[in-house]
Amino acid sequence: MMTPVPRLGSMPSLWRLRSVPIAAVMFGSSVSALLPVIAQSPSLPPFGLLVLLAWRLLHPEMWPLWIAVPLGAFDDIMTGQALGSAMFLWTVVLIGIEMVDQRIMWRDYWHDWLLVLAALNVCLGGAWFFAVLSGSRASISLILPQLLWSALSYPLIVRAIARLDRWRIMA
Amino acid sequence: MARPTSRRPGQNRRAQYGLFASYVIAVTGALFGLFLVIVSMADPVGFAAIRSTTAEIARPVPLTFKRLISGVGTLDENIVAYVKAGSQNAALRRQVDANRPLLIEAQAIRQENIRLKALLRLVDTTKDNVATARLISSSASSIRRIARISAGRLQGVLPGMPVRAAEGLIGRVMISGANTADVMLLTDGQNIVPVRRARDNLAAISTGLDDGTVEIRALSPGLNPFRPGDILVTSGTGGLYSPNVPVAIVVDQRNGFAIGVPLASPARVEAVLVQRPYDANIPPPVPPAAPTPAPKPVKPAP
Repeated sequence: MMTPVPRLGSMPSLWRLRSVPIAAVMFGSSVSALLPVIAQSPSLPPFGLLVLLAWRLLHPEMWPLWIAVPLGAFDDIMTGQALGSAMFLWTVVLIGIEMVDQRIMWRDYWHDWLLVLAALNVCLGGAWFFAVLSGSRASISLILPQLLWSALSYPLIVRAIARLDRWRIMA
Repeated sequence: MARPTSRRPGQNRRAQYGLFASYVIAVTGALFGLFLVIVSMADPVGFAAIRSTTAEIARPVPLTFKRLISGVGTLDENIVAYVKAGSQNAALRRQVDANRPLLIEAQAIRQENIRLKALLRLVDTTKDNVATARLISSSASSIRRIARISAGRLQGVLPGMPVRAAEGLIGRVMISGANTADVMLLTDGQNIVPVRRARDNLAAISTGLDDGTVEIRALSPGLNPFRPGDILVTSGTGGLYSPNVPVAIVVDQRNGFAIGVPLASPARVEAVLVQRPYDANIPPPVPPAAPTPAPKPVKPAP
């Protein structure tokens, strides 16, 4: 199979460059609302967050820091969390990654994975904490399986996003 | 990957201001998000209009999938049933024979009940069921247990209405949009249902544990009276759920409470019924005697 190459001198449209990553994150957020699965415990990974992290780690300078605010709001609406929880947690995670990026000189695959694991801990744990504050009595161990599957599915998602990215920049 | 450069603008004043501004916007946005979380703790069904709009847009996709793959969820059970067919057949035959007298007895009791209710003028004159719907999706990646059904305001579904399946209670409507509604499942941590033990009217409270089970606490203080195998049905207290809808079966005992599993598994039910709140069925009081649903007498556990 021939991989597509850009034609000499041509650039993909700005609209395509900007909208594809945002649409990908929004699609990731909507997965749980689109699947006809009636789950009895948190079972699906937070795909919206994983896609966001994949784009952020592939292209550190693509998005301004505040991108997590609108995307997090959309995620909250689609996933049924309290509105504002992903807005807050995702922004915290992006600022955290920014700090780490300024500390470490080089970032390889394992660093990425560790960063994602930490980010998942913050987001899932934070969502659990917000649920407990609003009266739920779920135990923290409830999110452990979800944490495991999310960490394991990140390599798959980052590859899918890399493929999408290649399509995005080929005009 | 080398360290990104544009996030360290060096001497460029303009770039420095731009970077600073993006931090300010991000932090403001995060704090605004935190504020919204606090608001939604006080008002859990807030921002319902936004949620139901997106639910309407997403609706056709899970509905189509649901029709395609409704058998997948019970595949394992079908296989096991095929293997066990012979012995199960014999066992079921015995069970049917044993149940027949009970059934006849129940019919007689039902007739008697209708007659007694007519005497009390407590006959249900309004229709109970508002709509039938399918469960189309759920909050699978969130810690809350919320499912979405394929009927909404246009079908008469309003927030607060109880939702049940043939097997038992599913939950109650939280938000309703035009053609979809979000249902807080029985197992959600914020869903509290007044129940009683089917055997002896022992009153209890069922609270979701967010992991597919419910916590059953007896209202009467003392030792935990529940044993595995006890069936719990709604008591009708509070006027939301109509009485005698099956809720859960006790599977485990803990210190001071029991763990129950809902009798109607939302993952398996085909269709659900949205019902009117039980209160709406009570006719206006007939003077001078006001027929209010008397609280069920609580018998002490034997």
